Amino acid sequence: MNAISATSFLASKKLTLTDPDWVRYALTGLTLSIIGLFLILPLLTVLIEAFAKGWSAYSASLTHPDALAAMRLTLLVALVTVPLTTVFGVSAAWAIARFDFRGKSLLITLIDLPFSVSPVIAGLIYVLIFGAQGWLGPWAADHDIKILFAVPGIILATLFVTFPFVARELIPLMQEIGHEEEEAALSLGASGWQTFFKVTMPNVKWGLLNGVLLCNARAMGEFGAVSVVSGHIRGLTNTLPLHIEVSYNEYDFVGAFAGASVLAALAVVTLVFKTVLEWKQEQALKAARQAVEVH
Amino acid sequence: MSISVNNISKHFGAFTALDNISLDIPEGELVALLGPSGCGKTTLLRIIAGLEQADQGDVFLKGDKVTDQPVKNRQIGFVFQHYALFRHMTVFENVAFGLRVKPRRERLGEAIIRKKVHDLLSLVQLDWLHDRYPDQLSGGQRQRIALARALAVEPSVLLLDEPFGALDASVRKDLRQWLRNLHHDLNVTSIFVTHDQEEAMEVASQVVVLNHGRIEQQGAPGDIYDHPANAFVSRFIGQTNVFDLDEHDADWLQTVGLSMAQQKGKIAHVRPHDIVIEKSTHHSDAYVTLKDWQHLGSLIRIELVKSGVNGQAASVYAEMSNDQFRRLHLNRGDKVDLRIRHAHWFH
Repeated sequence: MNAISATSFLASKKLTLTDPDWVRYALTGLTLSIIGLFLILPLLTVLIEAFAKGWSAYSASLTHPDALAAMRLTLLVALVTVPLTTVFGVSAAWAIARFDFRGKSLLITLIDLPFSVSPVIAGLIYVLIFGAQGWLGPWAADHDIKILFAVPGIILATLFVTFPFVARELIPLMQEIGHEEEEAALSLGASGWQTFFKVTMPNVKWGLLNGVLLCNARAMGEFGAVSVVSGHIRGLTNTLPLHIEVSYNEYDFVGAFAGASVLAALAVVTLVFKTVLEWKQEQALKAARQAVEVH
Repeated sequence: MSISVNNISKHFGAFTALDNISLDIPEGELVALLGPSGCGKTTLLRIIAGLEQADQGDVFLKGDKVTDQPVKNRQIGFVFQHYALFRHMTVFENVAFGLRVKPRRERLGEAIIRKKVHDLLSLVQLDWLHDRYPDQLSGGQRQRIALARALAVEPSVLLLDEPFGALDASVRKDLRQWLRNLHHDLNVTSIFVTHDQEEAMEVASQVVVLNHGRIEQQGAPGDIYDHPANAFVSRFIGQTNVFDLDEHDADWLQTVGLSMAQQKGKIAHVRPHDIVIEKSTHHSDAYVTLKDWQHLGSLIRIELVKSGVNGQAASVYAEMSNDQFRRLHLNRGDKVDLRIRHAHWFH
């Protein structure tokens, strides 16, 4: 009697929880067409435009000295900013997750600031600080330090917009994992560094990698903040996104879209990496769970 | 003394967790820090371990002052309530951790480490789980692995924070006995924190009762039960009936056998097994009514109701063996005569 009512209850619950077919198809169709219209189609356009005048025009525009310099600069900026952001993110997450101090919530809000401020404003801040009429501009000029309209300014602006990525990923993760495993390591005689590398890092590695990937994608693709501080000097301070804009403005469509195709390829590679990471993480979890069920 | 703390105080903001605590623990003891939640027992344990800093006072381990030593130099083994096993390492690597992080010149060879870890896993009877991950173990198994991991570094003292707190009742019972035996074999000075008085009485050789950041009493389990130092300890350790002379008639207490000659305060605590009942034979004002009873294994707990005629109405609990109770042929609602054999008086 009990069993029967239980099954019928389950069945009715299932029915009420399942939407009619037309709703499912309509929603799926809508999602797919939006993705197609706004993501796939533009990507295809980039490729079509890039190859509009054939392979040789495409490769010629990519091997143009200005294009190569832009790619080099973009890689350099990413190489400098991503490690710095990672170090900052790990230390900020550590401080917030492990210690209680006055102004902790203020710090968390501040870390989010670059997400809420327009990148153009981020660039302007550096112009105001290091510009010829800025606070530190005259001092830097006196000491022959070039920041604005040079690589250091581009790196600073990129740092500003990317620095929440790793911290944002790690803070909730480290808060959830808690401090006990680290205390256990210390009580077993491990030093602070040993605890960090043997206990903390392995526990947060997936989140950390995810944050690093997102940070890298943003560092390579940042336009607004970099555009304000770069000065658009060809072959010197043009990153790849700036190079694309300049080429486009000069009606060099093949050059612009060829550059865009490189950036798009980088984005796709990042996405693939991220998917593989998440898949691996899921596999590890699944393996652990299956092993539990066996016993 | 293996572990000494001198005048330890600790505040968290306005809250006083520990108020000038001094405590000496001789070599080889298994001590329970017992108290209600928020009494400061875990804080005291963490200060001894070095996981927390005291505002004032000193900690000595084996006679050495370690107050300013970090936890890694204190040679302690710490077992956490929620095990704190390294989730990304196998059971074997968890236990080996303390041996592998030693400085190179102190580190043992790989073969010796392997042997030592397997010996420890055999000691906790879990060697067959050595290649599993913590996720794959039950709570009781995890706690035994955590203990093996703490023992691997050959600590001079072992500190356990509510070691059975997160386990099922039946597993907890088994592990208590097991810990007692293990301590007997290893004889390493140990402190464990618990809020469960039964657990403290069953496992520990010495019990320290804490309340509101102060030590209420320290002694062997039997001593504390038989001679509670104050009303708090008497109430906290075991069941007790409380008779306050402001609420209960002194005459009535005298008729039920409580000797006022021994009176040292105005509150009498009476253990349930110090109350004797008989079927009422005559009509006295001292009678109470049998309300209900519960089976507690070999014992019966009897709930009696004292009428309001003699001071306030109140429930009184008595305990006796199954046999005794059966011989009395009592039913619910019967009037019974009550006699108090012994009481502790408090102010």
